[in-house]
Amino acid sequence: MTTGAVHSWDLSTGVDGPGTRFVVFTGGCPLRCLYCQNPETWRMRDSSRVSVDELMTEIGRYRRFIEVAGGGVTVSGGEPLLQPAFTGELLHRCHELGLHTALDTSGNLGDRASDALLADTDLVLLDIKAWDPRTYRRLTGGALAPTLRFARRLASLGRPVWVRFVLVPGLTDADGEVDGIAGFVAALPNVERVDVLPFHRLGAAKYDRLGIPFPLADTSPPDAELLRHVHERFRAHGVSSR
Amino acid sequence: MTAIEFDTVRSDLPAWRGFHGSAWRERIDVRDFVQANHTPYEGDAAFLTGPTERTRQVWGRVSALFPEERRRGVYDVDTATPASITAHVPGYICSDRELIVGLQTDAPLKRAIMPNGGLRMVEAGLAAYGYELDPSVREVFTRYRKTHNDGVFDAYTPEILRARRSHIITGLPDAYGRGRIIGDYRRVALYGVDRLVEAKRAERRRLDTVPSSAEVIRDREELAEQIRALGELKEMAAAYGYDVSGPARTGREAVQWLYFGYLAAVKEQNGAAMSLGRTSTFLDIYLLRDLAEGRLDERGAQELIDDFVIKLRIVRFLRTPEYDELFSGDPTWVTEALGGMGADGRTLVTRTTYRYLQTLYNLGPAPEPNLTVLWSPRLPEPFKRFCAQVSIDTSSVQYENDDLIRPRLGDDAAIACCVSAMEVGRKMQFFGARVNLAKALLYAINGGRDELTGEQVAPAFPPLTGDVLDYGQVRAAYDRVLDWLAATYVDALNVIHYMHDKYAYERIEMALHDHPVARTLACGIAGLSVAADSLSAIRHATVRVIRDATGLAVDYTVDGDYPAYGNNDERADRIAVELVESFMAKIRRRPTYRGAEHTLSVLTITSNVVYGKHTGTTPDGRRAGEPFAPGANPMNGRDRHGMVAAALSVARLPYDQARDGISLTETITPAGLGRTAGERAANLAGVLDGYTDAGGFHMNVNVIDRATLLDAMAHPERYPQLTIRVSGYAVNFVRLTPEQQRDVVNRTFHGSL
Repeated sequence: MTTGAVHSWDLSTGVDGPGTRFVVFTGGCPLRCLYCQNPETWRMRDSSRVSVDELMTEIGRYRRFIEVAGGGVTVSGGEPLLQPAFTGELLHRCHELGLHTALDTSGNLGDRASDALLADTDLVLLDIKAWDPRTYRRLTGGALAPTLRFARRLASLGRPVWVRFVLVPGLTDADGEVDGIAGFVAALPNVERVDVLPFHRLGAAKYDRLGIPFPLADTSPPDAELLRHVHERFRAHGVSSR
Repeated sequence: MTAIEFDTVRSDLPAWRGFHGSAWRERIDVRDFVQANHTPYEGDAAFLTGPTERTRQVWGRVSALFPEERRRGVYDVDTATPASITAHVPGYICSDRELIVGLQTDAPLKRAIMPNGGLRMVEAGLAAYGYELDPSVREVFTRYRKTHNDGVFDAYTPEILRARRSHIITGLPDAYGRGRIIGDYRRVALYGVDRLVEAKRAERRRLDTVPSSAEVIRDREELAEQIRALGELKEMAAAYGYDVSGPARTGREAVQWLYFGYLAAVKEQNGAAMSLGRTSTFLDIYLLRDLAEGRLDERGAQELIDDFVIKLRIVRFLRTPEYDELFSGDPTWVTEALGGMGADGRTLVTRTTYRYLQTLYNLGPAPEPNLTVLWSPRLPEPFKRFCAQVSIDTSSVQYENDDLIRPRLGDDAAIACCVSAMEVGRKMQFFGARVNLAKALLYAINGGRDELTGEQVAPAFPPLTGDVLDYGQVRAAYDRVLDWLAATYVDALNVIHYMHDKYAYERIEMALHDHPVARTLACGIAGLSVAADSLSAIRHATVRVIRDATGLAVDYTVDGDYPAYGNNDERADRIAVELVESFMAKIRRRPTYRGAEHTLSVLTITSNVVYGKHTGTTPDGRRAGEPFAPGANPMNGRDRHGMVAAALSVARLPYDQARDGISLTETITPAGLGRTAGERAANLAGVLDGYTDAGGFHMNVNVIDRATLLDAMAHPERYPQLTIRVSGYAVNFVRLTPEQQRDVVNRTFHGSL
């Protein structure tokens, strides 16, 4: 019986892939993004062991709803590819039921995703957090290259991708960052859209509870003008962003 | 071209020209007429038009009075004229510009007094706003004429009075109009008043050969009153310059005739809810004919509906502050049921269904008329998207499950008040407010004593002893209290409705029903989620009792977790289901006035706050005085897995044991529905499909806009449940710091999450 470290599950609409979705938040993440809104999922040991069977029972309670409403199952985190066997089986079992599946990942551990796992994934929500490797490392503590490698592999496999880019004033808003990502994405025919996510501080209270300082406590969300500017740069590369 | 040369309609223009079908010609049967003549519309909203200059002017004129009304509580009152269908001379907003005419009194927003329901309510309502009742009216209604309210208190038992005083039974319509009766106002337009009088005379004649029992005598008198009221309707319309003795000949006449029928009702009755029915598809038949005849264009058709809706938005009643505390925001529940599917599989959505919704853009969002979409996953997709878009833009639409209503009540049902479905013109209800299930649980623990006052309200039995509450013992004691509560409650309702029929009979509304009419006794419950969670806590966690010096249980400590209602968790949801089923069974055992069929609602409107205020600390961890969740909603913050999980818990409550309706209120941020406008509408429509498919009955959908969030910052107490969902988690808006709230306000409206 396959088990995984799962922090929680939730039902969401319109934010974790198309439609209404059962979202599994796995525990543990190799990155420490400055703007992370889910610091409680960083460590595996803060999660519980849950079997795929148990999750499938829970998902079963929503299957009919999801079929009628439109939607699917998203494995998010944490970083789901930290537990590739568990994530792979979960995606496989959902796929067998005919549910649309999505994988929400930074791509940092993309090498761990088998082709079989990706074949069971209808949509990858791929975070490309920065373009300059130095910015990426400053922001996440990790390397950018694995994410780009994973993105190219998804393209070669023809798996549909929604790219996500969190816009943080003073951190990821330089034209070079945006142009780099836009140019890269423009060359990937499997990327259906780019979601520009404005940075927000709603996770700050969680940091307080966990007794961790929130590194971006003094950073403001992007204003409308900056957002418009960034969308224009994506559009200039022929990339549809929203 | 605007809404047409009404004055040039030739008097010999046949009213029924071009109409199909026959049964409706032989008997009074609007449903048959609609089925034979309506044109389903499966297209999108592109044909709709904006407000005309005339519409803007009329709406501007009346809405300019609103700030003053809000400031003073009421704009004006006629303190000397007891209302009736013909009591007031015609009133206008601006007579040269109105397409549809008629006001409750002689001026817009001037409220009438309706002492038949109860003089005390009138006097208290006047005093609250600095008015005084005309002494001659007081003399008439104290010396010569008894009111409904007087009658009820003559017949109440000491036990009912105790239950009422302690707020275990609350909101009873014993001092004002009971409402929730929907006249089939369409009949006035389709048949004209003379034909309706003729039909009523025939009904009356059928009673002439029946022996004169008390029931038959009452029926004969009521029919005579109905016929009299129809005469007054003609008289009232004539004062406005219209002859409604014959059927309407044009779209404008159809709207006007129908409105006169409704206006007569709201001139005479201050019912808690004065609902309109299901009129849009009916009126569409007339508008379509006018469009085909070149009598009207789209702008003109929309203008007629806009003008009609302006009138519906300014229906007013004189209420007391206590009433407002129960039902805040001056509601009148001018509920209009829109859409739905026909029994033959054709949709009842027409272009005029769209036009009604379009008024929320043309006149801006508003709570009245209470636009209610009868939802089915089989509705045309473009209509579903449009409804969802209107919800997102205005938060002014509610949804009810057409697939539950239609098999039980047919395809010509409408909604009275919020969630009470009934066959238009064939069924009425005896509105029964609600009992407090959470308080009843505390009575079970305390041997029938009130947890706040210590008074022995229910019959005495040994209170539960021991430090830790035992589930089996609590259930047994609860069962006993609920037996008593159901009996006392139905007794009270029987008294109320006996007296209402006697002293404040709804003559015109009942004239627009068939005889004999089917009746329901609409009981209700509040505090379902508090009671269910309390029982779940007692069963699954350890609940210790803290008693005061007199042995009264006044507080509880809860050790351990318990499954809470609202997480699609069978363990907790089952308790809520059992509570509904068992209370309904207890209600059914009690005989009802006039043989009414027992029904139950799980609905509080805004009274959940008042119920909470009058209820002590409960074993689920809720503190004394804290509000209940509204209707059938889970308690705030205890639904931890998102809106869909909560909705599926509510959908488990069996509609057949709560046929008066089960209410769920959801509040969503636009970003919590998707990143683009198109996605949001599609996703919301999907959620409504899924909820309806799961058997959920009703959903209030709030999609919060910037103005509402700002309002929530200024008045957090009004938004206990406002949850904002972002990718990954949800936060309760009012628990955010002001700075974070500003953050959300800015972020939500300058992009998305």
